[in-house]
Amino acid sequence: MLGLEKLFGGDDTNALKMDEPHPESLLDTGAQDVIGKPLDRIDGPLKVAGRATYAAEYDLDNVAYGFLVGSTVGKGKVVDLHAEIAKAVPGVIDVITDYKTFLRNPGQGGETKSPTQGVESVDYWGEPVAIVVGESYEAARDGAYRLQQAIDFETKEGRYNLDAYRDEAKTPPPGVIPPDYKQGDVEKALAEAAVTLDATYDTPSQNSAAMELHASIASWDEDGRLTIHGAYQMPSSDRQQLADALGLSKDKVRIIARYVGGGFGSKLGIAPESVAAAVAAKTLGRPVKAVMARQQVFDATVRRSDTEQRVRLGADADGRITAIAHETLGSNLPGEGFFEPTGASTHFVYPGENRLITHRVVELDRLLSGSMRAPGEAVGMLATESAMDELADKIGMDPIELRRRNEPEQDPQKQVPFSTRQVVPALDKGAELFGWDKRKGVAEDRRGEWFHGLGVATAARSNVLQPSAAKVTIDGQGRAIVETDMTDIGTGTYTILAQITAEILGLPIEVVTVHLGDTDAPPGAGSGGSWGAGSSGSSVYLACEALRKQVADKMGVAAETMTMKDGRVIADNRSVPLAELVGDGMSATGEIKPGKQEKETTQASYGAHFVEVAVNAVTGEVRVVRMLGVFAGGRILNEKTARSQCIGGMVFGIGGALTEEIVHDPRNGRVANRDLAEYHVPANADVPQIEVHFLPERDVHANPIHAKGLGELGISGAGAAIANAIHNAVGVRVRSFPITLDKLLDGLPPV
Amino acid sequence: MHFTINGQHHEVEADIRTSLLDLAREHLGLTGSKKGCDHGQCGACTMLVNGRRINSCLTLAVMHQDDEIVTIEGLGQPDKLHPLQAAFVSHDGYQCGYCTPGQICSAVGMLDEAKKGWPSHVSADLTDAPLDDHEISERMSGNICRCAAYPNIVDAIAEVAGLSDEQRQPEREVAA
Ligand code: FES
Ligand code: FES
Repeated sequence: MLGLEKLFGGDDTNALKMDEPHPESLLDTGAQDVIGKPLDRIDGPLKVAGRATYAAEYDLDNVAYGFLVGSTVGKGKVVDLHAEIAKAVPGVIDVITDYKTFLRNPGQGGETKSPTQGVESVDYWGEPVAIVVGESYEAARDGAYRLQQAIDFETKEGRYNLDAYRDEAKTPPPGVIPPDYKQGDVEKALAEAAVTLDATYDTPSQNSAAMELHASIASWDEDGRLTIHGAYQMPSSDRQQLADALGLSKDKVRIIARYVGGGFGSKLGIAPESVAAAVAAKTLGRPVKAVMARQQVFDATVRRSDTEQRVRLGADADGRITAIAHETLGSNLPGEGFFEPTGASTHFVYPGENRLITHRVVELDRLLSGSMRAPGEAVGMLATESAMDELADKIGMDPIELRRRNEPEQDPQKQVPFSTRQVVPALDKGAELFGWDKRKGVAEDRRGEWFHGLGVATAARSNVLQPSAAKVTIDGQGRAIVETDMTDIGTGTYTILAQITAEILGLPIEVVTVHLGDTDAPPGAGSGGSWGAGSSGSSVYLACEALRKQVADKMGVAAETMTMKDGRVIADNRSVPLAELVGDGMSATGEIKPGKQEKETTQASYGAHFVEVAVNAVTGEVRVVRMLGVFAGGRILNEKTARSQCIGGMVFGIGGALTEEIVHDPRNGRVANRDLAEYHVPANADVPQIEVHFLPERDVHANPIHAKGLGELGISGAGAAIANAIHNAVGVRVRSFPITLDKLLDGLPPV
Repeated sequence: MHFTINGQHHEVEADIRTSLLDLAREHLGLTGSKKGCDHGQCGACTMLVNGRRINSCLTLAVMHQDDEIVTIEGLGQPDKLHPLQAAFVSHDGYQCGYCTPGQICSAVGMLDEAKKGWPSHVSADLTDAPLDDHEISERMSGNICRCAAYPNIVDAIAEVAGLSDEQRQPEREVAA
């Protein structure tokens, strides 16, 4: 059957489950020499010319504009919407709500069921309860603003304050990690340890603040099929969430998300504007475009949970850790299973026979908490990597030396090998490049009005392989076309998939076209958890591997003996243009799935962060002066886009360390600083030149392309390196993030 | 209403409350200018009006009927990029690309301001403020990039401004 299909240039599927290591890779034997190269993004010209089309930028005939209306109470019930008030506004077409169907909470990443629906009941401030639809954006917005002031709510008593309900914290169901892990006897080991540390850190709620607002254009065709042009990280599961929410089969929903203006977790699941737009479009019989306002994105998409983390470390006199306890608290809406996996990296980064890692969740009536860039590590390592610095101080040891002495030989809990691990090489290389040997003692480097300090932290982020599929076609002219519903949210997916294809099929990158973000194509992994490159890259690899076999058959040679380069196939003393061999064209589908390898090895990307800060001796103002990261994440597929990913993560680290904080109004849970002026993400002037270096690496346990995730590695540990540098600069240890100057002032050295 | 955008004349029927940004995006199909906040807080909507950079979300279209308006689409096309557009590509001065048109329009306006000798918040001398990395970062801080391509954005702009390495990193008391 397969043979016949091949004969007629039909489709064949090459599936791989990662049960075994995959030591060989066609990316190492390819002759095109494009893999890893710092090529410009292939989607670059469209983006810089303003021609890349994001969700809200499709011109559909007869489109109406929708504007969401959010609740103005923290907990309660809609009593009367007073729709007539909005309907009286000129240009308003209708006020639409569906108490049962509208999304109460946004969706979590990867879920295939609808998120919690039902908006008569209000569970958090700003929960969208209706959508006002108008002929113009201005009319819809006007109607929505008027309506919002007029709605009658019944107010119920809510829970808005983590501190007040800490005693009622619950153990959540297992998530990406189990909520609890226990090994040995932590209390006993701490009692017996030569040196101990017991410190509590806290981090506030945060917002992903992707620059593109959440947006959907919903349109229905005559067959009852819904198309959503939307802003999504994971179209294949988002489509299922949408279908379930609307009572449709998933074939009746198509998502198009060709360009996504950043996500960082906030677009993993569906957001409330999607279902509202779909219902409105159905009701009115015309397309509806709904774009959330920036304030609504803060109110009613996902936040990263606030956390409180008690870290206890016990070590012997030489600094070897004997006990490690990381007990964490977060918050979420009642009934939501997600918990911030704050202790994710604590499981494997440092040794110690006695271990305790726990997660508790306080149920609060504040907007949903979910994944934001490096859920777990981003905030967890603020605490643990600060704690390592504090421990080094207590022992009187260089913090790099402390980490060197605590380099585990294998996973300290699962007792399986690390697939690769280059923490110490990263620390060493970084120390040398950064000039770590010039680091002075605490508050000893004053230059005029500024104290300078250096800080270091380990970077670690678990690697994940997700099921992913892609179809690759070689057309009659010998050009390649890649199709998958995978997305590029700024990660460089378009480019790396083209590079993989070009390398394996021996094509100039200019003749490779990549189509992403359309659920009519095979389901890709989506962009999240740093799994995109490894997972979708592997699916493309497998499709190309199958095509190589098809080409070899046409050539009448074994695939292994064949070289493909510059559009020619070379074997058996012959060199034939690829176009001549493929007839009308041929295609293949590649499918990757996780397997036993993820249990038999512990897989993560690692690195080291180095930071120099300047702290103003009088005002406590902190400036990040230099930042350097050394990272190892398996094969680097494109040095340029990989570097950008790491920089992006490191800058998120600056935000988390110094400025980012959602302030919840304690009276109603409302996000008080719900815009980009009050919620300060790093601006250009907050960011110095950043150096990124990669250590050569291949991970044969991860996938056939030997690459691991990078997008979240850069943030993991970055903020702690800043906190540690601040301590080195002025001797103040701030354990409550972000480190704003008011927290430093009292402790600054006397002027 | 009538407008001249990228040298082209447009007659439009729009609500008087329409912002210049929404005019371009919703009425003229010029979606290169982006909406990131609609409140003058992010710079994604930056356009050039009579040669100066402005946040087009903060101004009403009706006020600009006799102005010369340039959007990202007017600077260059994918196959014929403006030097700054090309530099953003070669320096990877973006990731998701959503803030990028605003960054580029802002950079065009900023370079012109610098050329005219306008000082910035970080200029040590108000009458002599040569561009360097620090000045570029400061002057571009009205354009948020959540993907944080900032170092690459500075590289791209410095290249187009023709700055040497020494000019980019002069001695300062605080390097930050
Ligand atoms: S959209 Fe105009 S400044 Fe943000
Ligand atoms: S490139 Fe994504 S916000 Fe700047």
